[in-house]
Amino acid sequence: MIRILSALAGLVFAGVVLLAFVMGATTWLTEEPMHSADHEFHLEAHGPEAGYSFDGPVGKWDVAQLQRGLKVYSEVCAACHSLKFVAFRDLEQIGYSEAQVKAFAATKQVPGIDPNTGESVMRPGEPTDYFPSPFPNAVAAAAANNNAIPPDLSLMTKARHHGSDYVYSLLTGYTDPATFEKDGKRLMEEFPDFQTPLGLYFNPYFANLNLAMAPPLGVDGQVTYDDGTEATVSQMSADVSAFLTWTAEPKLVERKQTGFAVLVFLLFATVLAYFAKRQVWSSVKPKKG
Amino acid sequence: MSFPWAKEYTPASGFTKWIDEKLPLPRFVYNAVGGGYPVPRNLNYMWNFGVLAGFCLMLQIVTGVVLAMHYAANAQVAFGTVEHIMRDVNWGWMLRYMHANGASFFFLVLYLHIFRGLFYSSYKAPREMIWLLGVVIFLLAMATAFMGYVLPWGQMSFWGAKVITGLFSAIPFVGEPIQIWLLGGFAPDNAALNRFFSLHFLLPFVIAGVVILHIWALHIPGSSNPTGVEIKSESDTVPFHPYYTAKDGFGLGVFLIIYCVVVFFLPNMLGHPDNYIEANPLSTPAHIVPEWYFYPFYAILRAFTFDFILEAKLWGVLAMFSSILLWFLLPWLDRSPVRSGHYRPLFRTFFVILLIDMAVLFYCGGAPAEEPYVMISQIATAYYFLHFLVILPIVSSIEKPKPLPYSITEAVLGSDKKAVLGENTQPAT
Repeated sequence: MIRILSALAGLVFAGVVLLAFVMGATTWLTEEPMHSADHEFHLEAHGPEAGYSFDGPVGKWDVAQLQRGLKVYSEVCAACHSLKFVAFRDLEQIGYSEAQVKAFAATKQVPGIDPNTGESVMRPGEPTDYFPSPFPNAVAAAAANNNAIPPDLSLMTKARHHGSDYVYSLLTGYTDPATFEKDGKRLMEEFPDFQTPLGLYFNPYFANLNLAMAPPLGVDGQVTYDDGTEATVSQMSADVSAFLTWTAEPKLVERKQTGFAVLVFLLFATVLAYFAKRQVWSSVKPKKG
Repeated sequence: MSFPWAKEYTPASGFTKWIDEKLPLPRFVYNAVGGGYPVPRNLNYMWNFGVLAGFCLMLQIVTGVVLAMHYAANAQVAFGTVEHIMRDVNWGWMLRYMHANGASFFFLVLYLHIFRGLFYSSYKAPREMIWLLGVVIFLLAMATAFMGYVLPWGQMSFWGAKVITGLFSAIPFVGEPIQIWLLGGFAPDNAALNRFFSLHFLLPFVIAGVVILHIWALHIPGSSNPTGVEIKSESDTVPFHPYYTAKDGFGLGVFLIIYCVVVFFLPNMLGHPDNYIEANPLSTPAHIVPEWYFYPFYAILRAFTFDFILEAKLWGVLAMFSSILLWFLLPWLDRSPVRSGHYRPLFRTFFVILLIDMAVLFYCGGAPAEEPYVMISQIATAYYFLHFLVILPIVSSIEKPKPLPYSITEAVLGSDKKAVLGENTQPAT
């Protein structure tokens, strides 16, 4: 009885889903396939040609690069993007001394309370403060940016596929849609109606190709590096991507180093366990041959 | 509850004798996972995953309890407290990655354990109760994992909670009130997050309770084995300790190596980038997908796209729940007297097709809901139901199985006459 009822239930489910299949297949065969510019002309993110110092299982931070990246963030990105999960004190992890962190924090104005009157004021930052947001709230951020709220950057490189590469590609990827081609096909020939809406900027690495952010790193030398590195757009993009990789995963290097110690221990323990198992089983295993 | 030749616990010292009289806990452990539990001598490594699943549960409880000390289940701050754990809590990043990937590995192990049971028909008499309890554990684990994924309060957390609780709204007439009741509001918010946290903390201990029942039920008939032939004599068995403690110990080592490679070198591989964006009810992610371990069932849910008498959504929900609940019927659907797939050629062919079918459903569940993935998942869904509810009962009645070995000893040694064990059950020294 159970088997008859089950078979009936199984046939009903299979029948209904196959009916859905027939309907879906008919639509699929009769209708034009989806054909869209963002589907066909979107580019996969790629990192700088030299790669990153933290790539691979033994990669480490390039401290000088992280410091350059901080400078790019502070002078360019911070105008619109917050970094709310990073505190000034965290900068000690990228090679700054306590005094340097204190001095850096003091250059930033953070919201505070006047100790005498209790009024809201702006005061110089302390090492324990977090990077201040450029806008007091989301409404202000939207109002100042044509309704597109600039996202917080703390976790950006983990919040996108291949995040470090994505940030680099996006920053270096602005181009003119009129001449853009992918795999030998020109965008304007395939989609003659394609148009980047007013106030948006064409970038093939962005999911729908049109991005509200104006090209932030436009010219070489936009930032003056303290260590004398030449500030090309590509260099600045790589540096700020590296910095944002650190802000998203500050324990990245510590994690990999711990991983090696753990794996060495586990390999040793597992080899021991293997021989222990062989030893224990040797008396009951049938002899080969 | 055991075999007549099972070794008996003998307390050695005065202290253990005293304990044994008052509370025979050491005796209990000895009979459960010690020398007092005779186990078939021919278990292969597929029999390792029960122990590994138990280990994963312990790992999740230990890391989870510590994470709960630093986490706050409040929609205003939940996302930030997770980042606090990642940045400021000592070893917090490791605990969180162990816990998040621990869930994935728990499911990996559970699936292998379930496939073992399916191939060797471990669900057949006299072991039906073990199987039924196992399905209960799996359902509880799914609920726990789903609620755990909501806690970081990222975009996928929020929209996952919305989609999954939205399934209940497919129930005719009372669906919408049920969804609002479950969430404590019209959309996931603080009330939902808080109760999910409470249940996410509770359910693992419920799972632990059912696991105890699962093992208790296992110890009545004893473990099955790859031949499916029941234990006949002492030479068919070895004591659990030291033989299977040693074998499982090695298996645990291999498991931990793979697990730690992911935890320390690829910790976000199994997650979704969108969950590093804080929950935003006003912005829907392009593709809402659950964690990978739900992909096959998510594919079944989305395969029903046509309103046939009932709404397509309701069909999808019914099918998704039925796809797991039908496992409860397996002991009565598969009536073949032979357990092991090794001796069932026709069953074996269909089992391989089922594995491919599950792999296809897995792939489609993670793919965007567009053609041709939907059409492929529809074919695969149809096969899934036909396999368990139609093909399996038919195969079990028409199939001519291959001859079985007389005993486990014969399967291992080629003959049951020169049994090496007998009185010689001591491990080699």
